[in-house]
Amino acid sequence: MSFIAKPKVSHPGLPRNALGLTLRDYEGGMSTLCAGCGHDSITAALVQAAFELSIPPHRMAKLSGIGCSSKTPAYFASASHGFNSVHGRMASVATGANAANGQLHYIGVSGDGDTLSIGLGQFCHAVRRNLNMLYVLENNGVYGLTKGQFSASADVGSKAKKGEVNQQPPIDPCQLALSIGCTFVARSFSGDKDQLVPLLKAGLSHRGFAMVDVISPCVTFNDHEGSTKSYDFTRKHFHAAIYADYVPPATEIRSRQAAGSVREVTMHDGSRLLLHKVGADYDPSDRVAAFEYLSRRQSEGQVVTGLLFIDEGKPDMHEVQNLATEPLNTMGYANLNPGQKALDAIQARFR
Amino acid sequence: MSKNPSDNDFTVKVANVNGTGSASANTLLMKAFFRMGIPVAGKNYFPSNIQGLPTWYEIRVSHDGYICRSGRVDVLVAMNAETYRKDLKDVAPGGYLIYDSTWPRSQQLHREDITVLGVPLARMCNERFTKTRERVLMKNIAYVGVLAALLEIDTGVVRQLLQDSFAGKPHLLDSNQAAFDLGFACAKEHFSCPLPFRARALDRTAGHVMIDGNTTAALGALFAGATVAAWYPITPSTSVMDAFKRFAERYRRDPETGRLNVAIIQAEDELAAIGMVLGAGWNGARSFTPTSGPGISLMNEFLGYGYFTEIPAVLIDVQRCGPSTGMPTRTQQADIMACAYASHGDTRHVLLFPANPEEAFYLSAAAFDLAERLQTPVIVLTDLDIGMNDWMCRDLKWDPAYQPDRGKVMPAEQLEKIEKFHRYLDADKDGIAWRTLPGVHPKGAYFTRGSGHNMYGAYTEDAKEYQAVVDRLRCKWDTAKELVPAPEVDYTDGCRTGIISVGSCDGAVREARDRLAGAGVRTNYLRVKAFPFGRQVQDFLDAHDRVYVVEQNRDAQLRGLLLLELNADPTKLIPVLHYDGLPITAADVIGKIDQGMARGEAA
Ligand SMILES: Cc1ncc(C[n+]2csc(CCOP(=O)(O)OP(=O)(O)O)c2C)c(N)n1
Ligand code: SF4
Repeated sequence: MSFIAKPKVSHPGLPRNALGLTLRDYEGGMSTLCAGCGHDSITAALVQAAFELSIPPHRMAKLSGIGCSSKTPAYFASASHGFNSVHGRMASVATGANAANGQLHYIGVSGDGDTLSIGLGQFCHAVRRNLNMLYVLENNGVYGLTKGQFSASADVGSKAKKGEVNQQPPIDPCQLALSIGCTFVARSFSGDKDQLVPLLKAGLSHRGFAMVDVISPCVTFNDHEGSTKSYDFTRKHFHAAIYADYVPPATEIRSRQAAGSVREVTMHDGSRLLLHKVGADYDPSDRVAAFEYLSRRQSEGQVVTGLLFIDEGKPDMHEVQNLATEPLNTMGYANLNPGQKALDAIQARFR
Repeated sequence: MSKNPSDNDFTVKVANVNGTGSASANTLLMKAFFRMGIPVAGKNYFPSNIQGLPTWYEIRVSHDGYICRSGRVDVLVAMNAETYRKDLKDVAPGGYLIYDSTWPRSQQLHREDITVLGVPLARMCNERFTKTRERVLMKNIAYVGVLAALLEIDTGVVRQLLQDSFAGKPHLLDSNQAAFDLGFACAKEHFSCPLPFRARALDRTAGHVMIDGNTTAALGALFAGATVAAWYPITPSTSVMDAFKRFAERYRRDPETGRLNVAIIQAEDELAAIGMVLGAGWNGARSFTPTSGPGISLMNEFLGYGYFTEIPAVLIDVQRCGPSTGMPTRTQQADIMACAYASHGDTRHVLLFPANPEEAFYLSAAAFDLAERLQTPVIVLTDLDIGMNDWMCRDLKWDPAYQPDRGKVMPAEQLEKIEKFHRYLDADKDGIAWRTLPGVHPKGAYFTRGSGHNMYGAYTEDAKEYQAVVDRLRCKWDTAKELVPAPEVDYTDGCRTGIISVGSCDGAVREARDRLAGAGVRTNYLRVKAFPFGRQVQDFLDAHDRVYVVEQNRDAQLRGLLLLELNADPTKLIPVLHYDGLPITAADVIGKIDQGMARGEAA
């Protein structure tokens, strides 16, 4: 996607992560999105999350479909491979890439148009497979790149820039993901970096499909009065169910307040999620309750955010298929060649 | 031993009802000839449903080794009352029709010029077997017994075949052998055996297997070292993945850990299947998807993407009858154009055309080398006839020295040394740029995008920069001409009439040429094995005054491709087309060439 190269001048005083890298090392090209586009804030949060997790940039693979949101991979981690696929079909590319080498960090970035219309099927099936990836849905309720048509996440009654009123019921990606077995479902708001960064970090550390739906206002086509994905609307109706802190594996547990409002989830890599309950009786390990809570709040016009559901116990695609732990893309031919003897044995059955 | 004109030269056809278990009986019959050393070929005509509709199985026994459909029927076993009328008509004069006389039909099944033989198959089996299912199944084995007596098939060979099939299942072995004996004895008692058509042991099948092309294509992928396979079921390509899975279970599972070193993913549709294959190819795994016409249609956008972004991928398109859903269980070669230029824009794809299961093995394997070498999708175009029918072909061999050609993938050590990596730079001037794999080295990073990019891999809408990339792709296409398999050519100087064909037309063309030669008409022959066409195809066109282009589709797609890609006077390329969904015969070829000659088209 289009971007302008950013000058790389590193300030000697910048903080460094465990790899000795600075935040700048996780940046990408200069964004060409509209000034103020929510997607750019998400890019910044992704940069922050990867930096804080000390992921080697070249061990990340960034994939997307087509749309303004799908340009995002060009704007972070310029030292990692990027893949802008075709419209709506990033999930399948990520599936194949992941099958070829399960040891990279796969980050998919998509839009609500890309995911919930043309890509709905692929999204659902990547969830079903519990593909090990972070899937960020930059949700603005419109098609940005094709200039403002309603997307499948637009609410009934929400207004387009030119006043047209949406008649179709929306598809809520969180409810959808919950209903088809997604093992990590979160929602956030591009304007709330404090909430978003820990969620992205947790999603990156989750083994399995981590979907983070980020309300990301389109300032050009969907930030006006009457839009339910505008900055103003989202700020006002934002309802955090749970705040999450992320604690990396190597960090010592400092004395923590005993139970009560905090719950701890240990992730596969040993990192931990500290969940601060905000919603009265919100339980992010109960799929049915989470679904019910979301629906209820939604009918009241609220946008529930935070970590909505997590299940660390389900096997991911590699485990289900019992795939070799070694990456398939580097497996030596000697391991793959059955040899002439095997070919003879096979052919013996065809005589 | 002198050859009686009807020894080892006849076609047996069995008419049956889909779902009644005749497949194993038909295989038994065919393999009996094969093990007697007689060249044989089997064609299955089955409906596109699971049960109840008519199905036919045709076995051609050919002393001369012709393996295409003969186009005639000498002995017909009519097991389906619904198709009696048609079956009766199909028998060649002087031929035989065998039917189940449990229900007398001699009036209905009458023709002056053929012999009708009634065998009470159902009655015999009802008396002999107690279980209902067994009674139905064993009728089929019983007609094999009848044919064995009539055609003098070696009963020892049949006994051995039954033992091989039912080793460890003595109860099945017993009932099969009993049913065979019933039919055999009945025929011996009531008819004067043998018929003028007889099987005589020969020695022409040693070093051969009877195998279908979907199995061999799967073997090709296995031996080429494919590690990611994604597909969505579609007739007639489904059994490619069935076979691949079976082989993978056996040869790709680590005996200690139980883990597989191949990912086999049943995709949600073809859009996803090709996406997975490209994702895996981009990430350095050898990946493939088997499909058929409708799948190719769905994969179009991604195929153009793979071409423009230069990602290796292998597709095995087992062509069926189109257009649209067409006839899923009938054969055709009508995806040639759709595959050659799949997707919008200036897009073109490397195609490989196996002629039989043997080539389906070698060319499917070669497709992986070509795809990685050329960094592009490669489509192996087989068809239902090759893919699902049993063909006699030479034993498959795998070169012990084979190493996959991974093409220009820059390793970490090389990346370490260079200053900066650029994805689409034509460093070697062959149109093929170097690529890197994700995760290998920080310097290897680049962006894969289907939108305009320049030779460095950066986004561009600059006229010159964009054009430089598509011009390089054109140059890569020229390189491909040198790398793809050369056509098979049978050429004698001085002969000015040529035949060009493709894929499964080969058998019919060979037989047709022999027969034409017998009638004093000499022809030269070229069979294309790949697209792009190389120099040899152009030379062949240049060297002939008339070239008959034999293919199995209505619109002369191969001929069209030749005209689009090479220099030729269109009036000199005469289409010979067969497209009713049944495999082409030598008679189809000869008939059309004769017509052409009568019109003075041949020099
Ligand atoms: C096959 C295909 N159909 C249509 C398009 C046109 N198209 C490009 S982006 C887009 C929608 C993008 O919307 P969304 O995913 O919500 O991203 P946003 O731009 O809003 O961030 C469409 C329809 C396309 N590129 N490809
Ligand atoms: S059109 Fe909307 S979504 Fe696209 S860049 Fe501009 S603000 Fe962002």
